[in-house]
Amino acid sequence: MSKTVSFITENFGKYDPKSIASYEAIGGFTAIKKALAMSSNEIIEMAKAAAIKGRGGAAYDTGRKWSQAASVPGTNKVVICNADEGEPCTFKDRSIIQNDPFRLLEGMIIAGYTVGAQNGYIYLREEYRHLRELLKGAIDQMKAKGYLGNNILGSGFNYSIHLYSGAGAYVCGEGSTLIESIEGKSGRPRIKPPFIKECGLFQLPTLVNNVETLAIATAMMTHGTADYVAYGTEKSPGTKIISLAGNVKKPGTYEIPFGLTLREIIYDIGGGITNDNELKFFQLGGASGKIGSAAVVDTPYTYEDLAKVGLTVGSGGILVVDERTRVIDFVKSIQDFFIHESCGKCTPCREGNRQISKIVDRFVAGDQKSDDLATAERFANIMSNCAFCGLGETAQSALLSAIKYFPEEFGVKGGN
Amino acid sequence: MSSSNATTFEVLDKDLAKKIDTIIANNDSNSTKLVGILLEVQDIIPKQYVPLEVSAYISQKMNIPLSRIYDVISFYAALSDVPRADYVVQLCDSVVCKVTGNTDLKDSLQDLLGIGINEITPDGKYAIESTACFGACDIAPAIRVNGKVHGHLTSREKVKQVLDNYK
Repeated sequence: MSKTVSFITENFGKYDPKSIASYEAIGGFTAIKKALAMSSNEIIEMAKAAAIKGRGGAAYDTGRKWSQAASVPGTNKVVICNADEGEPCTFKDRSIIQNDPFRLLEGMIIAGYTVGAQNGYIYLREEYRHLRELLKGAIDQMKAKGYLGNNILGSGFNYSIHLYSGAGAYVCGEGSTLIESIEGKSGRPRIKPPFIKECGLFQLPTLVNNVETLAIATAMMTHGTADYVAYGTEKSPGTKIISLAGNVKKPGTYEIPFGLTLREIIYDIGGGITNDNELKFFQLGGASGKIGSAAVVDTPYTYEDLAKVGLTVGSGGILVVDERTRVIDFVKSIQDFFIHESCGKCTPCREGNRQISKIVDRFVAGDQKSDDLATAERFANIMSNCAFCGLGETAQSALLSAIKYFPEEFGVKGGN
Repeated sequence: MSSSNATTFEVLDKDLAKKIDTIIANNDSNSTKLVGILLEVQDIIPKQYVPLEVSAYISQKMNIPLSRIYDVISFYAALSDVPRADYVVQLCDSVVCKVTGNTDLKDSLQDLLGIGINEITPDGKYAIESTACFGACDIAPAIRVNGKVHGHLTSREKVKQVLDNYK
């Protein structure tokens, strides 16, 4: 029996994503028709009832975010779709854009209408430039048919969508950094406050949502909240698109109801470990996510159960690693990534990553000093507490969780 | 910037200037679109880079300080101010590709092209660049050549087949 479901991804393969007529033929745009007939408050209540947690990784409640954005005063607001999916082992937003771009654009219209915005911006990462034409084509067709522009479907609501490119910077996935980039600048985060919900892009009140979050908004509007919360568990209702990769037989994106165990995900959906090797550990949520050992593989994939074993859903990436990889080599690879991607603006992140890297290199070579582990942990905690943005705060998740789950791999050698 | 010298001052001819004007116009000469404009311009310049003279031209055309253009070019990994190659081969260096065997892929690439990582062949045809995850983890280990993704590169033979498409 298949353990995957099809709610957010229900249209995948059902229509030609290049053609608006083919989307209309499968009942497309039902969601915005429904939404435009509702009040902003009614939509917010729906989102709250569905308890959709933000799918970029921070898991902030979408209904609450929309409610805050709607209550910010101002007649000129913007919605940003964060399509800068930069977390390694995360490619679910790619699959949504590739297979169902219109559902995403509908979600942007719903979000815009709900919070009272006139403009939506998609920030598409450079690595997905091959999807640019598809998205642009979808936007143009929607404009031509009156789904975008002035007085959408006679509702009196005016809304345009603009497509912007990233240029290969992981840090631009962070809200305020992304905004700097859309403004045509290098990507360095802004200090908060002011919060971007009040003063974001072009100094306007700004709502930033992830691609998957917006796609869920459309699905929820099409089918109603009850159909969505019928999936999942009581505390983690609904479904999630995961990006499963690494040492599994069948890597890919899959939509699952919350509540399957990691074992079911890895062995039943993913087909088990490559060459039937032994599972050693997995990393959830990308490079900024934590790792867990095979000992916790029976944990259900829900926000609350993962939290009990110190893990998070994050972006929904599930990187499976077998016995062939040393934990310390894995940590080094993550460390190299953050050295490369740190923007250098704040000292804890810039210097913290550099110093921890030196220590990790000594562990890799096996010539660590007796106080190295304690020093690395101390620096990592300083980064988590003092870094300017989410990148620095989460850069050491892998290291800290690796120390927790695999202390023996960090064992200090005697005699030095 | 260091490698910019007199010999590179031949890129910006009338034809290129016209094309750049079109790109700027298509983007409404909007300074907030600078990142996208630079990417588009880089795409039409041989060796996939933005030379100093071109940056200076854009700076003048769009009335943006040259220092800001350089801030952008030097910050983003996808932009370069020094010549790259006809075919830029980007090797994903993320953890997913690492655990799925990109060490062999790296060796094959270096061996087949006769250059190391972040080097360019003497004829300027190929460059190998180490790059962050480009979201092709489902077909790891993977490379991108001039933006096009190729995956499942688990043997030297497969790598050779891909490179044979770029001659």
